[in-house]
Order: sequence, then structure tokens, then C-alpha cells
Amino acid sequence: MRYIEPHGHMVSRTTDDYQAMVTAGCEAVCEPAFWAGFDRSSADGFYDYFCQLTEHEPKRAEKFGLPHFAWLCINPKESEDVELAGEVLALIPKFLDRPNVIGIGEIGLNKNTRNELSVLEQHIDLAARHNQLILVHTPHLEDKRKGTRLILDAIQNDPRIQPGRVLIDHVEEHTIQAVLDAGFWAGMTLYPDSKCTAARAVDMIDLYGRERLWMNSACDWGVSVPLAVPHAALEMRRRGHTAATIDQLIYQNPLQFLSQSGKFKLMK
Amino acid sequence: MTRQQVLDLYFMEARAKLIDLAAFLDRLDRAQGGDDFRIEAFRRALQLLHQKNPERAKAVLLALSDPSSEPIARANTKAAAGAWPDAP
Repeated sequence: MRYIEPHGHMVSRTTDDYQAMVTAGCEAVCEPAFWAGFDRSSADGFYDYFCQLTEHEPKRAEKFGLPHFAWLCINPKESEDVELAGEVLALIPKFLDRPNVIGIGEIGLNKNTRNELSVLEQHIDLAARHNQLILVHTPHLEDKRKGTRLILDAIQNDPRIQPGRVLIDHVEEHTIQAVLDAGFWAGMTLYPDSKCTAARAVDMIDLYGRERLWMNSACDWGVSVPLAVPHAALEMRRRGHTAATIDQLIYQNPLQFLSQSGKFKLMK
Repeated sequence: MTRQQVLDLYFMEARAKLIDLAAFLDRLDRAQGGDDFRIEAFRRALQLLHQKNPERAKAVLLALSDPSSEPIARANTKAAAGAWPDAP
């Protein structure tokens, strides 16, 4: 089995996780910029984080033969401070030419505030001006339905953005239809307690088809499972899905979307 | 998959979750103090499981969601609670 982990916060994981992922068939990992679990005190903290994502972490992954790619942004949890967000947004263009940077993400909303929405719109503009792919974080739990609708509206309001170059992540049963109907890609995040279990993800594959859909672990410093994608592949197998269908969901689909960046290359 | 295959594959797992859910409600009843908006929303969502609806998972998620559509002025917290605090 081969797979791509399209969303993993590897700076929070151990080398044991890298070893397990590669052993399970992982051929590339993509790491969106996210919240560290605490608020950074200045833009300098983000500068260091972006260096970590574009210099240090690719080297750590390379030790396990795993190509590492990064998405850059200020995450929605720290977007309430619009002044800080502006300073961080100004840093990002300097990093966009780095060889492992494949887009802007994970942008989006957290508590669906006006400031978060303003910073989301600035990220969308940044992506449009620099012709970058977009990876979107949709809010947690009770805020997801409303936040997903606000996010879809914000992106659709910018005519420069092609829906096929945007992935809306963390979809669940109440948001997936709107995302796919609007022409976006959808990501299902496999978490033990929130977002979506493997069984529910396979239900959604059964109901909504195999196109413009991927699964990810979003493994980070919280309760999460770095091998969630291969575990979901096992769930598909238990349900009778063919090897070709499984390969499409966990390898071909992420490859198709991510290759639009031009920098996403797998090892030969 | 046939219904029999679904039962063979998932019944034991669902049974375990059902008993866990019952034990959670028992635990809650034994504990001191009053309810809050989360358990009230939880109990409302439980009723949806009895309905003959092919989209029960979606219905439960919607029942626990903020139904409003306008962005809020400012958040009091970064965290989500799992249910909408302002539900009537």
C-alpha cells in the first residue's frame, strides 16, 4: 500500500511517527502552518516557525526518505489580533519561493468572528496574487456549519480563485455536500474523538463518491493518530472496496490536487 | 454491502458504544449539580436517533450546531464546546 499524508503537523510528532508512517507506505507528508497550542507573542515567532517548516522539518523527514511539503499562513486561532496578522501576512511572500512551499494554509475560521473573516479574506487575496493553492481549516464542533458557509462565501466572492485549487478540510456529514457542490475539494480528518472516524469517512465515500475527496490524520500535539490514513484504508478494505479505489482515495487524489502547485514531487 | 454484512462488521462496535453512552448518562445522574447547555443539547440530539431518517448523523451534527449566519463581533474563547450555548 502507498499513501500520501496531506495534512500532518509533524513539528509536534516524534521520529517514531516518521518511521511508522514510512513503514506503512507514506510517500509524502504535507504540513500546514497551525496554532502551537499557545499564542505567539510577535511576528518573529512566526518567522522562526516558517523557517522550521521550510528548513528544519524537511531535513528531519528526509532522514526517513520522506518528502516534506509546507503550507504557510497565520492560523485562524491567532487571527483575532489583526495587527499581528498583518505583520505575519507581510512575512509570507518571502517564503513562497522556498522549494517545499506548496500554498497558503491552513487558513479559515475558528469562532467565526469579524476579525477572523477579515484575515481570511487577506489570505485569499495573498493566494490569488501569488497564484497559490489554498488549504482551508473549517471550525470545530458547533461552529463548523456556520463557519463553512462563511468560508465558502468568502472564497466564492473572489473571482480570481478557482474552486479546483482549494481544498476545504475537516468536512463532516453536514458540510461535505455544500463543499463538493461548489466545486471545491474536500478533506476528511480522521480523529478519535472529534471530526470524523474511519467508518464515517468511508460512509461519506460511499455516499458522495471518490472525486475531489481525500483523507488525512491532521496529527498534531493533541489527541490524533499519525497512522489514521492507513487505518482508514483498512476500513475501506473491510467494506469490500478494491485496491484501486483505496489507492485513488489515499494516493491518486491527493497527488492530483497537490501536483497543481508545481513543486509537489514524489521521490522516484 | 448487505444489511447482514453491516451487522456482522459493526454490531459489536455499536453495541459497545451504546452501553458506553448508557453508562455516561448513569454517571451523570449519580453526580451532584445541575445540567448545562451541552447535556441539554445532547438529550435533544438523542431523540433524533429514533427517527426513520437516512441522514441521522447529519441531523445530530446540525442539532449541535450554531444555526446563525452572521460573523460575531468577538469571541470569548478559542475553544469549541460541542454544542451551541444559545440554543433555546
